[in-house]
Amino acid sequence: MNSFTFRRADAPDTAVEALAHDHAAKLLGGGTNLIDLMKQGVEQPTALIDINPLPLAEITPLPGGGLRLGATARNSDTAAHPEVRAQYPMLAQAILAGASAQLRNMATDAGNLLQRTRCYYFYDPAYLACNKRKPGSGCAAITGFNRIHAILGASPECIATNPSDMAVALAALEPTVRVRGPKGERHIHFADFHRLPGKTPEIDTNLRADELILSIDLPRSSYAAHSHYLKVRDRASYAFALVSVAAALDLDGTTIRSARLALGGVAHKPWRAEAAEKSLKGKPATADSFRAAAELALAGAQTYKDNAFKVPMAKQAIVRALTVAAGEQA
Amino acid sequence: MTGTKKGCDHGQCGSCTVIAGGRRINSCLSLALVHQGDTVTTIEGLAHGDQLHPVQTAFLEHDGYQCGYCTPGQIMSAVALLDEVRKGQPSQVTPELRKAGPVELTPDEIKERMSGNLCRCGAYPGIVAAVQQAYGQTQS
Ligand SMILES: Cc1cc2nc3c(=O)[nH]c(=O)nc-3n(C[C@H](O)[C@H](O)[C@H](O)COP(=O)(O)OP(=O)(O)OC[C@H]3O[C@@H](n4cnc5c(N)ncnc54)[C@H](O)[C@@H]3O)c2cc1C
Ligand code: SF4
Ligand code: FES
Ligand code: FES
Repeated sequence: MNSFTFRRADAPDTAVEALAHDHAAKLLGGGTNLIDLMKQGVEQPTALIDINPLPLAEITPLPGGGLRLGATARNSDTAAHPEVRAQYPMLAQAILAGASAQLRNMATDAGNLLQRTRCYYFYDPAYLACNKRKPGSGCAAITGFNRIHAILGASPECIATNPSDMAVALAALEPTVRVRGPKGERHIHFADFHRLPGKTPEIDTNLRADELILSIDLPRSSYAAHSHYLKVRDRASYAFALVSVAAALDLDGTTIRSARLALGGVAHKPWRAEAAEKSLKGKPATADSFRAAAELALAGAQTYKDNAFKVPMAKQAIVRALTVAAGEQA
Repeated sequence: MTGTKKGCDHGQCGSCTVIAGGRRINSCLSLALVHQGDTVTTIEGLAHGDQLHPVQTAFLEHDGYQCGYCTPGQIMSAVALLDEVRKGQPSQVTPELRKAGPVELTPDEIKERMSGNLCRCGAYPGIVAAVQQAYGQTQS
């Protein structure tokens, strides 16, 4: 048992100050990941700063047509929000495909972005080798059981995947993450928020240790009419994705004006398939176009002992998600 | 109070479900300090004396359990589920997500919405039937 102090933040600045003051302090959102990892002995903060009292739970329209998701807005409230459902249905789908009703009632939108990998070796400190948990200790997964691990963008230091569903839909919607640090506010493009593991897999994101997420700001979207989130997993509900796809099309009749495609369960970050998106531009919304895009999206895939199945699974899932997004109930 | 049960202690089973501040949560992942001032309802708080809550009665009538260990969590979850459906909150299987509107609580909806509560005895058919009965009663 590790002891820690607990305090309630009364303003965003006091939360930031507390983080800057104590580098082993952590912010507490819904706690569904942090408390879990504290029980596992993976996270050992000396102080918890409860940000639930902060006025950051609102979902509000942005000037120019976007939507601001407050950092402490609950996943369940976000998915049920009429504007989220109408403008970003794929985001509501992705959130509802994750975890359980109880967990979504607790989980915050900012906390969801910062949930850590579900790599078994990371989660269990009985395994000594995990570069993410203990830099320089090695990676037990590369030679171990790696069925849930990455096929894109991994490094010899870490082959973990990001487990979030919500983040996959967000990757396709291109929001910015508004954060506050000791020097004031900045905006991080969503594509730059999560990191690839490289030689520093212990760092999941480009959020600094003394920064508080204030909101996720979604731009106006032209994809509401044709989008789909598809999650493939070991059981129909309450399980993490093996592979997931956020697919969105802006159609002019049956011609694709532009496309968005992001994958989950395949990489250390929500994986945006930009080459595949480009290949769809100007093409007819047909199975042939979708299959070609799927090939491009997985072109650089590298598999390990137990996860080669993810490559065909991801390709099929892409074709299927694009087909449903285009309006065919295939 | 001994009604609320610890199963997995990691958010993976739902046996610890309570209603805090009007919402069902996994109490195993929630610090009591965070709920200062909130009303917390556990299984002990549903009945009025000997008069059971309709969801409790439905679980009895449909054999929604075997060993009973997961049952307090199942019942708390079901009580909150009925409230969520009343408010029109969608689930993963709700047909038309784009438009907010009333939700029809089909068996598929019940299964999806109860998926955060595992039952090692496999009493699921009885649980689904119990929720259907309780829903029917609260509808009329
Ligand atoms: C059994 C189980 C199944 C699950 N299944 C799924 C699933 O299928 N799909 C899925 O996507 N997710 C799943 N989850 C994960 C769940 O979605 C996350 O745990 C949740 O979204 C985290 O949000 P939180 O608010 O509880 O975060 P917390 O646990 O409170 O925080 C997580 C991290 O974020 C930091 N943080 C929180 N808020 C801020 C902020 N405003 N600024 C800066 N830092 C902040 C915390 O310090 C901490 O480091 C599952 C979880 C469990 C336990
Ligand atoms: S894959 Fe990453 S998280 Fe898993 S054991 Fe290797 S270093 Fe640790
Ligand atoms: S004990 Fe809380 S979810 Fe299992
Ligand atoms: S009744 Fe035994 S676990 Fe559900």
